[in-house]
Amino acid sequence: MRMKGRIINEGNAEGEAVVSREPIGFYGGIDAKTGIVIEKGHELEGKSVKDKILVFPRGKGSTVGSYVIYGLKKNGVAPKAIINEETETIVATGVILANIPCIDGIDVSKIKTGDKIKIEGDEVIVNE
Amino acid sequence: MYLTKEEEKMLEGEYGEATRKAMKLLVKLGDIYGAEKMVEVSSAQASGVSYKSIGDPGLEFLEGFAQEGARVIVPTFLNPAGMDLENWKKFDFPEEFAEKQARIINAFKRMRVTISATCTPYYASALPRMNEHLAWAESSAVSFANSVIGALTNREGGPSALAAAITGRTPEYGLHLEENRKPTIVVEVEAEEFEFGLLGNLVGKMVKNKIPYFKGIKKATTDDLKYLGAAMAASGAVALYYVEGITPKASEQETTGLEKTTITTEDLEKRKEELTTADEKPDLIAFGCPHLSIAEVKWISDFLKNRKMKTKLWLFTSTAAKAIADRMGYTENIERAGGSIITDTCMVVAPIEQMGFGTVAVNSGKAAHYLPGFCKQKVIIDSMENLLEKWSE
Repeated sequence: MRMKGRIINEGNAEGEAVVSREPIGFYGGIDAKTGIVIEKGHELEGKSVKDKILVFPRGKGSTVGSYVIYGLKKNGVAPKAIINEETETIVATGVILANIPCIDGIDVSKIKTGDKIKIEGDEVIVNE
Repeated sequence: MYLTKEEEKMLEGEYGEATRKAMKLLVKLGDIYGAEKMVEVSSAQASGVSYKSIGDPGLEFLEGFAQEGARVIVPTFLNPAGMDLENWKKFDFPEEFAEKQARIINAFKRMRVTISATCTPYYASALPRMNEHLAWAESSAVSFANSVIGALTNREGGPSALAAAITGRTPEYGLHLEENRKPTIVVEVEAEEFEFGLLGNLVGKMVKNKIPYFKGIKKATTDDLKYLGAAMAASGAVALYYVEGITPKASEQETTGLEKTTITTEDLEKRKEELTTADEKPDLIAFGCPHLSIAEVKWISDFLKNRKMKTKLWLFTSTAAKAIADRMGYTENIERAGGSIITDTCMVVAPIEQMGFGTVAVNSGKAAHYLPGFCKQKVIIDSMENLLEKWSE
């Protein structure tokens, strides 16, 4: 399956999807040192985003979240890429500062955890 | 989005990596919000300064960005930090916190940001003019600049304000466009004597991100408007308001046919009760959210003549106002009565929950909004005069 989106930060990437149906708040939600989701009760709690293609509808919470995305990259535990339904300013700011490929405008309900994802330009390729 | 030749050069990295990143961030944010071009800003004001707010991720970003060569090219001012930058030891700020806070300040200094460390830049070195485009981040200062001065700024985040400072530009959307600056709700004030912070807290909660047009406010000092705007930006997301007969451009606005709401003395009393979560003696009385003007410091100094505080009194202001207070003897008067003037920080962004406080009394509708969650404090809200009268002798 192929889906076209809007490039928020360009770059090609390939990896395994980790999908959250809920929004992600990076500040207090993901540990910048380990890349592990720490928000209590979050569906991804305890899972690592390191080297994954992180898929979620949109960001939420504190604007400090942008800095957490930057910290993930600096500490070598960032996702390879981010795919959103709608990238709001917190995530957009974070991926640009950290230089992580990011696409939005994608129907994320069509992707599930474990899918093989390829990002080429503005295209998301699932399990091909 | 249309970019000038100069902006293209920035985006292509001709001015270095930090400028490239900053321009890219602004272009993407512009795309997200549908901006057609950039506007030049005459000043910027950066938030996200307290170590308590941004933690290690923010600290590491700022140090990294300074290392990459980020340098501001328009006058850029800084929001309050988490401590008095000179006298933190005297007021028992935690040592480890102070060390991290100093690193944040040094990173901003390296980027050539003016370490004004105040939420009232318009009182100390950064007074904009009407119709100037700005990229300010502190929500209360954004409201003041838009409403009381008639300048044009969106409510920036920490990184986007810094990006604007580095490129001298911001994408043209939101409150940079006249058509988005029209009032969307009329607020009729039917109270005579009231605290502007309390009114702001109530109205912000009611109108959320609308643009209120106030009627019925007969007079207001600059400090009154400071408290009104700050509280509306905290309990709601109000970045612009008008007060009939008082703020610029109010007379040019069309209000017929707008949604309308009325605020009475009873509404304000009810809101005061809702915000008051303690009735014991406060551990701390804290004024200066936003930072006190020199006129307020003088008023407090005069009020406390021949009085003694029965609890701790902390007054937060800028180093600029403090210097005048020292010169005028206000600081000495206030200290004689048992109070202190603390610069560069405030009761919200300082780590007061680590410093042994549990109940704080304030006059600020903004502080009353943030203290329970962000600082784990019980709150008493009242006028400066009532609080000082009650807790001094």
